[in-house]
Amino acid sequence: MTVKRSYEEINEKLKKGTAVVLTAEEVSKMADEMTPAEIAKKVDVVTTATFGPMCSSGAFINFGHPSPSLRMEEVTLNGVPAYGGIAAVDAYIGATSEHPQNPRYGGGHVIEELVRGKEITLRARGKGTDCYPRKEIETVITKEAVNEIFLFNPRNAYQNYAVATNTARSVKYTYMGVLLPELSNATYSTSGELSPLLNDPDLRTIGVGTRIFLCGAQGFVVWPGTQFNTSKLRNDKGIPKSNAATLAVLGDLKKMDPRFIKGAVFERYGVTLFVGIGIPIPILDEDLAARVAIRDREIETTVYDYGDPAHPMLGSANYADLRSGTIEVRGRKVKTAPLSSIKKAREIAEELRSWLKKGEFTLTAPVELFPTGTTVKGLEITGGAR
Amino acid sequence: MKKRFVLNFALDAADEPITYVLIKEYDLKLNILKAAISPEKGGELLVELDGDDKNLSEGLDYLRGRGVGVDAVDKKMLFRREECIHCGACVATCFAGALTIGAPDWELKFDAEKCVACEMCLKSCPLKLFDLRFG
Repeated sequence: MTVKRSYEEINEKLKKGTAVVLTAEEVSKMADEMTPAEIAKKVDVVTTATFGPMCSSGAFINFGHPSPSLRMEEVTLNGVPAYGGIAAVDAYIGATSEHPQNPRYGGGHVIEELVRGKEITLRARGKGTDCYPRKEIETVITKEAVNEIFLFNPRNAYQNYAVATNTARSVKYTYMGVLLPELSNATYSTSGELSPLLNDPDLRTIGVGTRIFLCGAQGFVVWPGTQFNTSKLRNDKGIPKSNAATLAVLGDLKKMDPRFIKGAVFERYGVTLFVGIGIPIPILDEDLAARVAIRDREIETTVYDYGDPAHPMLGSANYADLRSGTIEVRGRKVKTAPLSSIKKAREIAEELRSWLKKGEFTLTAPVELFPTGTTVKGLEITGGAR
Repeated sequence: MKKRFVLNFALDAADEPITYVLIKEYDLKLNILKAAISPEKGGELLVELDGDDKNLSEGLDYLRGRGVGVDAVDKKMLFRREECIHCGACVATCFAGALTIGAPDWELKFDAEKCVACEMCLKSCPLKLFDLRFG
C-alpha cells in the first residue's frame, strides 16, 4: 500500500512527540539500504539546511518617531548607508551596503551586530516639512529599542549554484572567493544533499507561507526569490544542473541567534551576509521520500570560468567530487573548497529537528505554490555604459 | 628537523651574507619563502631551515649574535578560531596545506607547522580571522 500523509497528520504526531524526524543527510544514507517506499513508511519529516553567503539580504527597521519628528531621507547606521526612501522613520539596511570610508565594514556587519543586541549609531537627515519639521538627528538604537526590525531577504537559498574557477593569468577576487590563476582552485557554495531546494526540486512543499528556520528564529517563505528560474536543465534525478529556484524569506530579527547569521567581506568584492536557513520537508508520499534520499553524487552542477568576464562554461561536477577536494577541469586536477559551511548547516538541521521534536515548530502547507516555466532575463543596454 | 622562521634585521646589518654562512658553516638547507625590505621595518625574511638539531640551534645562535631577530612562524600566525564559521573559503587559497576542511566533520583545521605565512588567508577569510605578526 502506498503511503499518503497529510500536513495535519504529521503535525499531530509532532505534537504528541511520536513523529520520526531525520536530517537530509541521515535519510540519504538510509537510501543505501531502503527503497523510497520503505523510507516513506518510516519517516515523517526531513530537515534540510544551508549556511552560506547570501548577498540579497537585508532588514526593514522602524525606528520610532522622535519628538518633533523628521522625514528620514538620508539614513546611516554606524556610517553605513541605509535606504530611507520609504515612510518617515522606516528604512532598509541592505547586507552589501558599505561604509564609504571603510569598505570592509557594511550592512552585513550592522545586521549581525543588531542581532547580537549591540548599540548602533543612527544618523538621519530630512529636508524638514510642516508635519516633520526636524532636519537632522543622531542617536543610538538597538533591536529592542526599535519598533519593528525584520529580515526580508529577496533572494536566498539558491537551488544549486555554480562552481567558480579561473583560467586567467591573474588572481580574480570574486563573490566566490579568491580564485587563483590558471585553474589552481575552484569554489562551490551549496550544502549538497543537505540543501533545502535540492531536496524538494519541484517545490511541492515549499511555497508562499512555508514556515522555516531563519537565522535561529521561525520565519517564513514569502515569495519566489528574485531570479527565480524553473527552466534550467535537469539531470536524470530531476535536479537542476545549475542555479535555479530561489526564495524570498522573512523573519523577526529580534528573535534571531548570532550563531546563525554573520556579516562577512569578500576581498575586493565587498560586504555580504552569511544566512542560516533550515526547511523541514514533510514526507507526504513516496515521491517526496525519493526526493529527499538524493545523494551528493547524484547532484551535478556547472563549472564556470570567472577569469573571463562572460563566465563561459567549462564543464560539470557532482557534489561527491567537489567534496573530495579535487575535481577535473580541462584534464587538470583542480583543488576545491566550499564557501557554504557544512558544519553550520548540520547544526541548523539538528536545531530544526529539536524544535520539531519538541512540538515548538509546526509544518505549514504552502498558501500558494510557486510558478513554473519561469526564466531569467538579462539587461539590455540602451544608454551609456562603461 | 625542518622549521620556519621570520628573520628580522636592520638594513645596515645586511652587509654580511648570512644565508651563505648558514648553508656553508652550519650545513642548513635554506629555503627563502618570502622577503620584504622597507625603510620603516628593515628587512624581513621568511625562511625554512632544514638540518640536524645541533646545527639548527647553532645556526640560530649565529643569527642572534649578528643582531638578527629570530621568531618561529607558528607563533606569528594569529587565528581567532572560536569565531570561525567553517565555511572553507580560506582552504581554497592555502597551498601549503596548513588549512584543511573535509569529511567527516567539515571543521576547519589549521596546522601551524605547515604554514608558510603566504598571507593568502588574510585575504580569503570572509570574517578576517587571520592576522600575521612579523617581528
